[in-house]
Amino acid sequence: LKVINCCVWDPSGEIFELKAELNSDKKEKKKEAVKKVIASMTVGKDVSALFPDVVNCMQTDNLELKKLVYLYLMNYAKSQPDMAIMAVNTFVKDCEDPNPLIRALAVRTMGCIRVDKITEYLCEPLRKCLKDEDPYVRKTAAVCVAKLHDINAQLVEDQGFLDTLKDLISDSNPMVVANAVAALSEIAESHPNSNLLDLNPQTINKLLTALNECTEWGQIFILDCLANYMPRDDRESQSICERVTPRLSHANSAVVLSAVKVLMKFMEMLPKDLDYYGTLLKKLAPPLVTLLSAEPELQYVALRNINLIVQKRPEILKHEMKVFFVKYNDPIYVKLEKLDIMIRLASQANIAQVLAELKEYATEVDVDFVRKAVRAIGRCAIKVEQSAERCVSTLLDLIQTKVNYVVQEAIVVIKDIFRKYPNKYESVIATLCENLDSLDEPEARAAMIWIVGEYAERIDNADELLESFLEGFHDESTQVQLQLLTAIVKLFLKKPTETQELVQQVLSLATQDSDNPDLRDRGYIYWRLLSTDPVAAKEVVLAEKPLISEETDLIEPTLLEELICHIGTLASVYHKPPSAFVEGSRGVQHKRLPARMGAGLGAAPAAMPASLGGAPAVGGGLGDLFDLGGGVGMPTGSYVAPKTAWLLAMKAKGLEISGTFARRGGIIQMDLSLTNKAMSVMTDFAIQFNRNSFGLAPAGPMQVLTPLSPNQTIDVSLPLSMSGPVMKMEPLNNLQVAVKNNIDVFYFSCQYPLSLLFVEDGKMDRQVFLATWKDIPNDNEAQFQIKDIHLNSDVASNKLQGSNIFTIAKRTVEGQDMLYQSVKLTNGIWVLAEMRIQTGNPNYTKTNGFRDCMQKQMYDSTSVVRFSSK
Amino acid sequence: MIHSLFLINNAGDLFLEKHWKSVISRSVCDYFFEAREKAVEPDNVPPVIRTPHHYLINIYREKIFFVSVIQTEVPPLFVIEFLHRVAETFQDYFGECSETTIKDNVVIVYELLEEMLDNGFPLATESNILKELIRPPTILRSMVNTITGSSNVGETLPTGQLSNIPWRRAGVKYTNNEAYFDVVEEIDAILDKSGTTVFAEIQGVIDACVKLSGMPDLTLSFMNPRLLDDVSFHPCVRYKRWESERVISFIPPDGNFQLMSYHISAQNLVAIPIYVKQNISFFETGSSGRLDITVGPKQTMGKTVECLVVTVHMPKVVLSANLSATQGTYNYDPVTKILLWDIGKLNPQKLPNLKGSLSLQSGAPKPEENPSLNIDLKIQQLAISGLKVNRLDMYGEKYKPFKGVKYVTKAGKFQVRT
Repeated sequence: LKVINCCVWDPSGEIFELKAELNSDKKEKKKEAVKKVIASMTVGKDVSALFPDVVNCMQTDNLELKKLVYLYLMNYAKSQPDMAIMAVNTFVKDCEDPNPLIRALAVRTMGCIRVDKITEYLCEPLRKCLKDEDPYVRKTAAVCVAKLHDINAQLVEDQGFLDTLKDLISDSNPMVVANAVAALSEIAESHPNSNLLDLNPQTINKLLTALNECTEWGQIFILDCLANYMPRDDRESQSICERVTPRLSHANSAVVLSAVKVLMKFMEMLPKDLDYYGTLLKKLAPPLVTLLSAEPELQYVALRNINLIVQKRPEILKHEMKVFFVKYNDPIYVKLEKLDIMIRLASQANIAQVLAELKEYATEVDVDFVRKAVRAIGRCAIKVEQSAERCVSTLLDLIQTKVNYVVQEAIVVIKDIFRKYPNKYESVIATLCENLDSLDEPEARAAMIWIVGEYAERIDNADELLESFLEGFHDESTQVQLQLLTAIVKLFLKKPTETQELVQQVLSLATQDSDNPDLRDRGYIYWRLLSTDPVAAKEVVLAEKPLISEETDLIEPTLLEELICHIGTLASVYHKPPSAFVEGSRGVQHKRLPARMGAGLGAAPAAMPASLGGAPAVGGGLGDLFDLGGGVGMPTGSYVAPKTAWLLAMKAKGLEISGTFARRGGIIQMDLSLTNKAMSVMTDFAIQFNRNSFGLAPAGPMQVLTPLSPNQTIDVSLPLSMSGPVMKMEPLNNLQVAVKNNIDVFYFSCQYPLSLLFVEDGKMDRQVFLATWKDIPNDNEAQFQIKDIHLNSDVASNKLQGSNIFTIAKRTVEGQDMLYQSVKLTNGIWVLAEMRIQTGNPNYTKTNGFRDCMQKQMYDSTSVVRFSSK
Repeated sequence: MIHSLFLINNAGDLFLEKHWKSVISRSVCDYFFEAREKAVEPDNVPPVIRTPHHYLINIYREKIFFVSVIQTEVPPLFVIEFLHRVAETFQDYFGECSETTIKDNVVIVYELLEEMLDNGFPLATESNILKELIRPPTILRSMVNTITGSSNVGETLPTGQLSNIPWRRAGVKYTNNEAYFDVVEEIDAILDKSGTTVFAEIQGVIDACVKLSGMPDLTLSFMNPRLLDDVSFHPCVRYKRWESERVISFIPPDGNFQLMSYHISAQNLVAIPIYVKQNISFFETGSSGRLDITVGPKQTMGKTVECLVVTVHMPKVVLSANLSATQGTYNYDPVTKILLWDIGKLNPQKLPNLKGSLSLQSGAPKPEENPSLNIDLKIQQLAISGLKVNRLDMYGEKYKPFKGVKYVTKAGKFQVRT
């Protein structure tokens, strides 16, 4: 076997040589050549030029050669669709081969070739393979349906493949069942409202049977699917739990965690006095502990999930504190998570141990970890009252070490302890004051100032201390400035005679010399209070404060319930609801709505309908709410054009559509107004896009929930994704849309502003910008003037930023402001621009750099859209 | 599901990519490089990295980052487990999992990856099945292949892939039928300054090497199965029988595999085989310090402690160590700041001691952190938990196999604080 050298590669010569070898008559030489081609493909080199020669090697009896050619085809078919057609015949033939391995291989490969023309030919062989006598072929075909759906969802639905796939859930072979479940789950994710995985007791039984016999990966798919089921009563719930429990002893940690999810969820339905409930609780602890002896990456995910589990059911792990003790060589991300869980498990029973550990950690090397450990000591004091004294003395010990960041963290947490237990530990103030000078972090400074102000009457030299801070007032951060203002006012109210001068000084600093509105306002309020009614001022400023709560960082209960339903997923790692994962997948925000299940868990499960997906209305509603939330939360300030008429009633049997496009919080939306100008009610709306330059496609079905009565108008916001098929349009931003209702299908086209495609992370690093700017060839540069804009460079830059055009740098040359800007498009293309602004001259000159001509054209139209819209 | 895989070496070179769906530009790895830079140490790179459009889930093995790209909600543990499987398969095929071996066998690697996932769904991950589909490279075979023109890809449907026992291939034949089991226990422990156990637990595994013909059905039983309350089994083990009878009944895979792993938790009393008396101190002035470590046997159940190694992670300011050891050799690496004392066999009559002075960077303040000691050791013929195999029975085949059980105890993450 010739050793393939992948480091040295001479493109022109080598390809020529390979071409000759591929066309050789000798089988062995051919195979070696294909191997070489694959080798260079693997390391990312472009060998697409050899396409016809490689495809010629496909018709062979040699299985290895065939596989290699298939590998190559999958990689390059997309760039050479016309050539790929040549391969279709062989595929179709292979799908009929007597050897099931070849049948499966052919159907598997065809599904990986993401070329429309090929997918058309795929349907018939796929249909046959789904009903093949050999389970190996059936299970491969099941996955192929998911592939095809990813390429062309409509085709899959029209061909009825989804129904066939559903039938496979009842297949006699467990592997086929598992793959069918996996494929359906994946398809369901992009079809939030479809009732694909319609679970009923019969299917559940099928799944549980298959669970015992399929591979570990299949078990994960099945368990995750089971977790979406809502049992009818506690008896069914218990019987499912009983059949899932053995999975807790599986060697694959993903299986274990998925089983934990099912159990944690179904357990909610069991009455707590049931013996089985207690047994189950006991069974959950050991597997969770075992996960912590696995590799660090697994530990990390496990710990994030355990963090949720201990919040929901602290009793499971309450005796297992020790396994969370941090080891010297744990990676930092594991250390921090363990610490977090230790505090959650801290109780009167184990606090001595925990404190001893935390003190140990506070002397470690890693600064982040040490800080968190010190904070944790404070949290223990607040959580377990009996331990407060010990915690405070531990903190004092740590302050004595004089390690700068330890002291600062300690002071921050001691402030919280003072707030939790007023008038108990003030004796330590003297020690704290000694360290005043070493504090250089705003949070620590603010905490210390708060302490001095709060206990001014006990600190003899409080005025001196505060005065010393006042010297550099303007250099302090806002947090410290605000604290200082309040502290001095408190001091004044407590010792009015000696501190009059000081308070006047700080009030004037805050109100006259500061341009921070918060500081100014607070200053004025104090000033008014003090000058009009000192008694009232005392009542306000020195009012008794509410005690701080025990644990401030608990996850809010409804979110926690939802996250428990998502144990083992990314949502559980980030402790955010799945709806927060907007990017990445179409329609994830609608996913299976476990929030509703969470809500149903505690209350009356019997009232919940058995079918989960049966509430499309709710799905849409929540989706809209979410979108709105995104829009309000992150106002990008992007310009939204007023709606224009896209489809006129006379051309569309009474349906009139006007609309516009907007980008809100990173989501592209198409805002539509549908008006019914006909005499009869319209229903069954649906929308589809033709292929377009940037692959815009609806992220979900259009939600028109009520029928549209005559003369009624309805506004719909349709989130769009960028994952549709791509075809260059003329002009580039042209979009052809088909809207269907119960009457007919109507077509229209509209143009979207290109600024829609500018993504939020389009700010290029300065260095990269400089380097890229230089590399852009002159041909790709365009220059033009923008007239009659009366904005200065900063305002212009801000406005542009609202549309995700980011200013990287600015410089002023001979009275001209030069702005250097970058834009990134959803498909990853960067556009760089230089904008020259003559101060006082309303005409801008803009130079743009592009990588190719298509972008140039595109950028032209962008600029027109952007600036005319101002 | 799993969308793409990138392999990146320690220097940050991306040397292999594989896409199971549409191609994702390798620029997505920029987010990984950013995280990698931030983490400083390669071990500290967070396993899950969020980017605007994708998630990067990575593991770090043998100086290689396996970075997978996912686009939809996928259980991260599923991805991590799969990546481990990939690394293990490379190890299995090429003897080691390194950049060089991967590059040398790039076509096989590509074939394997193609076989392991289909559209992001795991396809064949069992080493038995893979080896039937794609034969591992051997010098002999590659020679034979070049001469006879035969290939290294299987021509038949792998038999295991569809049967109810996918882990075993059919028609296994041996002249010497043998079944060996290794009970390996690792003690994870933290001892504090005074030698008190802060935390100790045992991670045990039973590794098997089974070379038996046909379809043997084995039953392994223990003298004291009660010790095991937290176990994970290889998929071949019949869980029902374990639950009801506390015996391990299984049809074994062919060759080497891990039969089960178990965990004896901190709540049980764990025997600690050695004690460490240590004193490491730094003086306020003079830029120096002292070190004095003695190791002695504690609960060894009458066995000898071997391969004893003490590792000390010194603070950064320690420049050199001038020590003398009564037994074994020591070495201080001023770059990594690791002091390694290789003791060897522990002699209870004459306890090994290491002592002397440490010199610090002049002018540097006294180090704040306490160094931590890591202990490595090995005890043959002993499972420290007391676990004992009672007997191994074979059904379903007529021949009489050779059987054997070995015990060994090692230190896992065994740490002594100072």
